[in-house]
Amino acid sequence: MLGTPHIDILRSPLGRARGLGSARAGSHHWWVQRLTAVALVPLTIWFIFSVIHLSGATHQVVIDWLSTPLTLGLMVALIIATFHHLQLGLQVVIEDYVHQEAAKTGAVLLMKAACVMLALVCLVSVLKIGL
Amino acid sequence: MRDVREALMIARNSEGKLVRRPLSPHIQVYRWPISMALSILHRASGVALGVGTLLLTWWLVAAVSSDDVFEQAQWFMGSPIGLLLLFGWSVALIFHFFSGIRHLVWDAGIGFDAPTYSTSGWGVLIATGVCTVLVWVVGLMTW
Repeated sequence: MLGTPHIDILRSPLGRARGLGSARAGSHHWWVQRLTAVALVPLTIWFIFSVIHLSGATHQVVIDWLSTPLTLGLMVALIIATFHHLQLGLQVVIEDYVHQEAAKTGAVLLMKAACVMLALVCLVSVLKIGL
Repeated sequence: MRDVREALMIARNSEGKLVRRPLSPHIQVYRWPISMALSILHRASGVALGVGTLLLTWWLVAAVSSDDVFEQAQWFMGSPIGLLLLFGWSVALIFHFFSGIRHLVWDAGIGFDAPTYSTSGWGVLIATGVCTVLVWVVGLMTW
């Protein structure tokens, strides 16, 4: 790359970008990230209060807490919004810092798979306790 | 030269000779204004919260297991390492919460001028500090 400056391609930046343009998914990604962020504002406040309430709680207290329909519903919403927001955010971070195409795609897919699995494990856990 | 952007970094000087254009200094030479520090902190806290979801998942899985496993999880959360992790998680969460609201306000097109984003930045830091202390005072009182 460095060394004697030379030009060995003749295509202009515009010519190169043509046909490789936006996948038209960017604005949807941006919007869903904001949507989940807005949903997480009240859910996070509720969750912090819940964690304070449950600090040092016995197993039975946690089971009773999760067995109320409202708590269970809020936990399901929190888990879905959190992991959806997380995978959207981490995708942008990976795309910003990993430039090699195969490594980038691999890292994004791996991260998304991990987020889906963690979300499913969390959902199954709260549903198994609360239902 | 694989990337076409490289071509833009090469030009001819007044003698017609090909030279590399000078690069502007990279981020390490700049003083860190609050806007820059909070921008990267928002991202860093988001990644940290991603790691923190492992703690949440573990706690929920423990809750679905047995009394003994759950007691172990609760004991770990109350141990020095557990408290340190919980403290880091709470700081990251509260910071990301306020910083995220600041981002949402920007998305609405409000607060983009320099004095406002500096003020709102300090506001985020102060709110994070106050709320983290409050959460821990109340949390440890009711533990």
